[in-house]
Amino acid sequence: MHALHQTLHAFFNPHSYTLAIPDVWAGFQINLKMMVIAEALVLVLALAIALVRGLPGPAAKPLRALAIAYTDFFRGTPIIVVSFLIGFGFPGLQLGFISNRSVMTYGVITLTLVYTAYVTEVYRAGIESVHASQRAAARSLGLSYAQAMRYVVVPQAVRRVIPPLLNDFIGLQKDTAIVSVIGVSEAALSAQQFSNRNGDFPSYVVAAVFFILITIPLARFTDYLVIERERKERAQAF
Amino acid sequence: MSTNGNGGFVQIHGVCKWFGELQVLDKVDLEVPEHNVVCLIGASGSGKSTLLRCLNLLERVEEGEITVDGQRLTHEKVDVNALRRKIGIVFQAYNLFPHMTVLQNVMLAPRKTLGVSRDEAESRAHALLRRIGLEQKANEYPDRLSGGQQQRVAIVRALAMEPKLMLLDEITSALDPQLVADVLDLVRELAESGMTMILATHEMGFAREVADKVCFLDAGSILEEGPPDQIFRDPREPRTRQFLARVLEAEKLA
Repeated sequence: MHALHQTLHAFFNPHSYTLAIPDVWAGFQINLKMMVIAEALVLVLALAIALVRGLPGPAAKPLRALAIAYTDFFRGTPIIVVSFLIGFGFPGLQLGFISNRSVMTYGVITLTLVYTAYVTEVYRAGIESVHASQRAAARSLGLSYAQAMRYVVVPQAVRRVIPPLLNDFIGLQKDTAIVSVIGVSEAALSAQQFSNRNGDFPSYVVAAVFFILITIPLARFTDYLVIERERKERAQAF
Repeated sequence: MSTNGNGGFVQIHGVCKWFGELQVLDKVDLEVPEHNVVCLIGASGSGKSTLLRCLNLLERVEEGEITVDGQRLTHEKVDVNALRRKIGIVFQAYNLFPHMTVLQNVMLAPRKTLGVSRDEAESRAHALLRRIGLEQKANEYPDRLSGGQQQRVAIVRALAMEPKLMLLDEITSALDPQLVADVLDLVRELAESGMTMILATHEMGFAREVADKVCFLDAGSILEEGPPDQIFRDPREPRTRQFLARVLEAEKLA
């Protein structure tokens, strides 16, 4: 009975919560910041790399190869290893402008590099799913390759990939906790430090709740978009 | 500016094309004078569509020469985009842009490639849509339109570029029979206005009515060509006769 009481106390001590919430919240603001910056960067960079990968013609072959090498490397390397490479490696390079950034910046770079690789593939699938006849129609009206992509192919592709893209963003939002390994004082690290000081676990529960509070709405929103699309497609079929 | 010295606004000489091992065009020769309407007939796979797609460089020609309005398409350094602005093509599957309204579909190319202002492009698009009786659909998305309406929009989308040549690739083949008439009326009107056109079609009655010349394609080459009356009433080639008999049979069954 006593052991159970102790366990419960270690997880559910109300006093500990009142102390943990502000502590973890301070860390979680860093997670939020990293999410927003990394997501914005990923949206743009991934589209750029997907477009490079789709460039036609033999002249673009080296560029295509580079884009493939990039996605292969960052999809194939565990994010924790990339964190170490960037977080410890960049300062070690002793190059002024990239070696004296904050750990949070290295965290954002890590997340951006890794998730850009995933999202590039998402965009690419979207671009390839737009039927060739759409491109043919655009080109036959005299639009250049770039204009056909810009006005006809990419807008359709992006609409189609919004659900898988948001799915990857849910992953990114959670993985903001991983960059704590290079010393970013975000929610998970704050929670761990709090737990070490207090000898209990409410700080972890608080961190979990914070993450859930932002990922679940995004997950539901993604579901809603998928259902909405299916509904529309069914309506069109009749 | 008449650059067609020897009478052909479109000149096709010895054009060959392969898809891998398969030869889809075999030494095609064809001349189309300005303001003429030429109909390509023949079974599926005879090369009609491929020939049309070669004419605006959606497909590469491997051998032979094509000249349109005095400009050699098959020249290495031809400005593909500039050339395509003069040649409109309409496809069997309409290929409207589903993420744009009808109006935006019609306005896009003139605005982006000819530098027409938004107001100008919009008023021209409205005028074109009025002409086909679809002005009230200007702000609808294509999926709210019937197939026949979509195809008419696709035609005016091409016309918005004020092309000198229109290529129509079996534009009624995907339509329900009762929707075909409206589309054909529009094509007839274009023919009467003097538009130079090459159309691949299965509508033999229509071909007979609007064409100045009918070409029968078989296995990638033009086996027989002539005025519609001769081709339909008195075909020389046994293959043409066979094809027309089969089509006639199918029409009776339908």
